[in-house]
Amino acid sequence: MVTPASTGPSPQPPGTPQKGFKGWLYKRFPVEEFISDQLTGYYAPKNFNIWYYFGSLALVVLALQLFTGIFLTMFYKVGETTSFDSVEFIMREVSWGWLIRYLHSTGASFFFIVVYLHMFRALLYGSYKAPRELLWLLGMAVYLALMAEAFMGYVLPWGNMSFWGAQVIVNLFSTIPVVGGALVEWIRGDYGIADATLNRFFSLHVVAIPLALLLLVMLHLVALRRTGSSNPDGIEIKEKVGPDGKPLDGIPFHPYYTIKDIVGIGVMFALLAIVVFFVPTFGGLFLEAPNFEPANPMSTPEHIAPVWYFTPYYAILRAVPDQKIGALLMFVAVAAFLFLPWLDRSPVKSMRYRGWICRSALAIFTVSFVALGYLGLQPAEGLYVMLARIFAVLYFAFFILMPWYTRIDRVRTPPQRVTYHAHA
Amino acid sequence: MADTHVAGEPEVDASRRKFLTAATAATGAVGAVFTLVPFISSWKPSERARALGAPAELDVSKLDPGQMTTLTWRKQQIYVVRRTPQMVSSLGGHDGSLKDPKSEQSDQPPYARNELRARKPEYLVLIGNCTHLGCLPKPRFEPALPELGANWPGGFFCPCHGSRFDLAGRVFDGSPASVNLRVPPYAFANDHTLIIGVDEAGQKGVA
Repeated sequence: MVTPASTGPSPQPPGTPQKGFKGWLYKRFPVEEFISDQLTGYYAPKNFNIWYYFGSLALVVLALQLFTGIFLTMFYKVGETTSFDSVEFIMREVSWGWLIRYLHSTGASFFFIVVYLHMFRALLYGSYKAPRELLWLLGMAVYLALMAEAFMGYVLPWGNMSFWGAQVIVNLFSTIPVVGGALVEWIRGDYGIADATLNRFFSLHVVAIPLALLLLVMLHLVALRRTGSSNPDGIEIKEKVGPDGKPLDGIPFHPYYTIKDIVGIGVMFALLAIVVFFVPTFGGLFLEAPNFEPANPMSTPEHIAPVWYFTPYYAILRAVPDQKIGALLMFVAVAAFLFLPWLDRSPVKSMRYRGWICRSALAIFTVSFVALGYLGLQPAEGLYVMLARIFAVLYFAFFILMPWYTRIDRVRTPPQRVTYHAHA
Repeated sequence: MADTHVAGEPEVDASRRKFLTAATAATGAVGAVFTLVPFISSWKPSERARALGAPAELDVSKLDPGQMTTLTWRKQQIYVVRRTPQMVSSLGGHDGSLKDPKSEQSDQPPYARNELRARKPEYLVLIGNCTHLGCLPKPRFEPALPELGANWPGGFFCPCHGSRFDLAGRVFDGSPASVNLRVPPYAFANDHTLIIGVDEAGQKGVA
């Protein structure tokens, strides 16, 4: 029977229930097809290792942030005279409010831990290379939205670090030629960081950016459904299919990886609980001490540093003597990741089959990123600035020299099939 | 579909259809852009914020020589220093270690574009927010403070990123800030009343 695709109900797969509630539902909603497209019929490489936990963990942390955020919004009162007090109210007087707040603030840091590890996985196994360039770009869009979300979220408690952090970050836009001054005034909605700024950041943090994040995460997953996951060997499992058309080296995402991911989720929540219950400020890394005093426009904290996940870029900003170039290089440092798929000219994806040059480059870059993160937390003086300059140069060298060193690096031929040892 | 002509039905004029589609889309896009204007404008400082940005007054006769006071104007911290003659004379000796000794690149009204950066040598009026990223430099008026070195002539030190300024708000070499501290528009209504935010031109000033 030939019918035009656009008319009439689409045929149901064989075995679909026809009777009862399920039959009623399945005639009206593609339950089977959805589950099969997304989970049981989605084949993922069978050689995933520990690095492949972090994508699904990021999704779980997103859910945690949405859930705890909704509850915080029930008690939080935005406004320059109410914000700080309402956060203290949540911490001291709302039943279990401290737990909800610390889950949210710790969740923010865990989001970045998980996302940074997820991104490192991509660098390690070349997950950003063709045909996954768009998948990578969408992932970077998620990362950028997450940075905006985290920055604005940190302003909301209206502690002194909220205020001065906002002051420093918003003023970065004043370095843009010609329009900078007007742009900063427009962002703040006042002649300084003020109630107007706080109120719009609240709206963006609670409504606009979460919606954008959900959309971008969905697009990231849609792109993943087209290309399929890469794997530690960096070869395409779709090229070796069995007589049934299924990849020989693939296994259905559900039940295999859903079950595996639950183990990862358990481990992550155990670590999260340790932080939430025993070290919620994480020694000033997750929540800084000056943020436990109210915002004070008359008094700058002795030492301003952003939360740890921004400090690599902050170190680059401070390492440059000229402020315009410093701000520009900071933005470039973030944007550089966008160009990776086209900078990397290596014929293989995975570090397993690349030579010592690529491996050393990645090692130096990783050390530089972590070192800049440490230096961004330190005062901008003497040796710290000198070191930040050295590591900033190494950071940019990783990207700028990539087209050359990835080409001259001696690579080994990857195997035809994935490397996999079944557990005994 | 557009290319297949079914007998009895009027023929589709593809180029006309294309033109009308493009024209409709373009008109709609222009409308959408205009619709954005109120939403984007809503982010500008409100009428209330503007009204609160009115000029601020200070009675400078209450300041002792060598003393500094701050007031708020347009959410910015305004530093007012009553400089002693020694402080004023300290400004002559270190032009070589300043980024912009003549304030040619910096932001100030014309009457403050001089070495003392002031209308009257005795009174220094500055927007306190650091020209680097807006922190508040701390007054460090004592010369040769141990942490700032034996050559320190007295001035301001920013705790955030280490910018250093002299007693005219001029930035020293080696600071992340690239221009001098800004000077707001100001005037003296009489001998001792300082008004921040207006000058005789009546303009409502910078920043």
